Amino acid sequence: MSIVIHIPADSAALSVGADETAEAVAAALQAEGVKARIRRNGSRGLFWLEPLVEIDTGTGRIAYGPVQAEDVPAVLSAALRGQDHPLCHGPTEAIPYLKKQERLTFARVGVIDPLDLAEYELHGGFEGLRRALTMAPEAICAEIQDSGLRGRGGAGFPAGIKWQTVSQQRAERKYVCCNADEGDSGTFADRMIMEGDPFMLLEGMVIAGLGTGAQEGFVYIRSEYPRAISQMKRAVDILRAAGWLGQDIAGTGRVFDIKIRRGAGAYICGEESSMLQSIEGKRGTVRSKPPIPAIQGLFGKPTLVNNVLTLCAAPTILGKGAAFYRDFGMGRSRGTKPFQIAGNVKQGGLVEKAFGVTLRELLEDFGGGTATGRAFRTAQLGGPLGAYVSDDMLDLPMDYEVLAENGAMLGHGGIVVFDESVDMAEQARFAFEFCQIESCGKCTPCRIGAVRGRETVEKIQRGENVAANIALVESLCEVMKDGSLCAMGGLTPMPVLSAIQLFPEDFDRAPRLAAE
Amino acid sequence: MAAISARDIESMAVSICAAHGNEPAELLEILHDVQDALGAVPETALVPIAKALNLGKAEIHGVVSFYHDFRASPPGRVVVKLCEAEACQAMSARALKEAILARYGAKGGAVDIQPVYCLGNCALSPAAEVNGRLHGRLNEDRLVKIIAEALA
Repeated sequence: MSIVIHIPADSAALSVGADETAEAVAAALQAEGVKARIRRNGSRGLFWLEPLVEIDTGTGRIAYGPVQAEDVPAVLSAALRGQDHPLCHGPTEAIPYLKKQERLTFARVGVIDPLDLAEYELHGGFEGLRRALTMAPEAICAEIQDSGLRGRGGAGFPAGIKWQTVSQQRAERKYVCCNADEGDSGTFADRMIMEGDPFMLLEGMVIAGLGTGAQEGFVYIRSEYPRAISQMKRAVDILRAAGWLGQDIAGTGRVFDIKIRRGAGAYICGEESSMLQSIEGKRGTVRSKPPIPAIQGLFGKPTLVNNVLTLCAAPTILGKGAAFYRDFGMGRSRGTKPFQIAGNVKQGGLVEKAFGVTLRELLEDFGGGTATGRAFRTAQLGGPLGAYVSDDMLDLPMDYEVLAENGAMLGHGGIVVFDESVDMAEQARFAFEFCQIESCGKCTPCRIGAVRGRETVEKIQRGENVAANIALVESLCEVMKDGSLCAMGGLTPMPVLSAIQLFPEDFDRAPRLAAE
Repeated sequence: MAAISARDIESMAVSICAAHGNEPAELLEILHDVQDALGAVPETALVPIAKALNLGKAEIHGVVSFYHDFRASPPGRVVVKLCEAEACQAMSARALKEAILARYGAKGGAVDIQPVYCLGNCALSPAAEVNGRLHGRLNEDRLVKIIAEALA
């Protein structure tokens, strides 16, 4: 029986020494005189166990983690001799964190060798695309519509309607643009896919091309993700060479090709119109809408702009049918959502669950409480423009509408946990500061509002006219919310106001300076 | 950097633009390539790029100055991009930054400490990138050791 050892080559795993662990495994194998194959997979998303080494001696993949280089000889010795080891977690798939998930999009991530095309196909790859190649564009769009899929980037717009709108445009050129500018703190799902299962994203884009009539696609990846960029470029080359991209897809005569573009460190380029400007080689300033990109997008042509996770749902929906996907979820939030649990949490990682899971399940059952062991205070949902939540919101189900009714949003599914040491006034100040640093500068409420907002929170922090300044911040937030061109200025009020409303005690800490 | 003359910069910029088909839509890729080759996008590169792409120098300057990635002069020997976003804040990134700044000083020295907002390593925070390599689960001791190794 041949032995296979799986060691992730995902950026996060590498950041805690996965390469050193892999070298140590090779050396230990030699020392043991054992022949084994070392394979580099993506990450399973159980980051507190990284580097997570899976050893398969013929009885399935057994998980060990976190395995640092110095742990390798003992771990390997135990695994080869069938002995127990403190770092052993048993069969990987039986680890509760993984077993309790509903992985549709992440089914292959961490399992396969990301750039092995044969393995991709063996694990269900191209099922969706093969079916799409036999369908009319309207039928493909209808399938997406029927699945209930909504934009996973944050806005939650029905994907099928967007696809249909682009499909119905008459133009000599149309584009599919994948937004992989995953800038929200607390999110890493797009990165994990691009590094761990890049073919899936490309397959989703080809399906989108067939559905909308576009023949060219762009993936806009942030420069902070160098490994995702190189991995995606290699994946494009492999698919092109294998005839899955280019002038004659799988011998059907259909045309679709994909280019990879790297961003340059601007958070605002995650906003769709700003991203289009950037792909055109321009400053990433936001465009006013209308016209929407589906009608006039990249280079003025009809353009489908979708997030990585939206496009990655397409192969599942086409492969297994709209009803299969729709059966997951609750209310108008259908399917599954990859949640990312991050920050001050014991078991941070990627949790793909159907909509309807509660925040408490995510933070307590999966997350296991805070990393520091101190009391939980708050979590920020949906990135730097998302709301902070309080203790009594933890039983809310993850659902677009329910969260909106409670003044929060799901965004890209990032959940950042804070313990009791957090100063919410400082978090509110940071929200304005971040907006100031990252604003594109096109509209006044965002450009000026962010600066004035930061200054005013600083006054509150110093104890100057606290009540009056809080009222001023609230009023400013209203202007930014109603008057900004895009979500940058429009949603910065969310973290600020939620912090003020849910944690007022943090805004009244400084000794009073001025007479009030 | 002093070793590279304005003429060398110009010819390098021209050939990078040509490799991208002198296509204005490829401007970000061109600027990245120039910075990868020279460590910066120097002022002297702007006019040749503008000429090659048939754009105005102001347009090129506008793009260069908009994006945080591009810099006019090469950075210090060791570039530390320290994540200052929320997930890292929740794991004491602010204190880590203060400790590192106190030790290595602000900009200008051999160690160039730059803020960055999210490296996508949020479940292993605090995170930083040192000379292009990502590190997670940092604390002051670990980061100091990593920087010291990079300086050695």
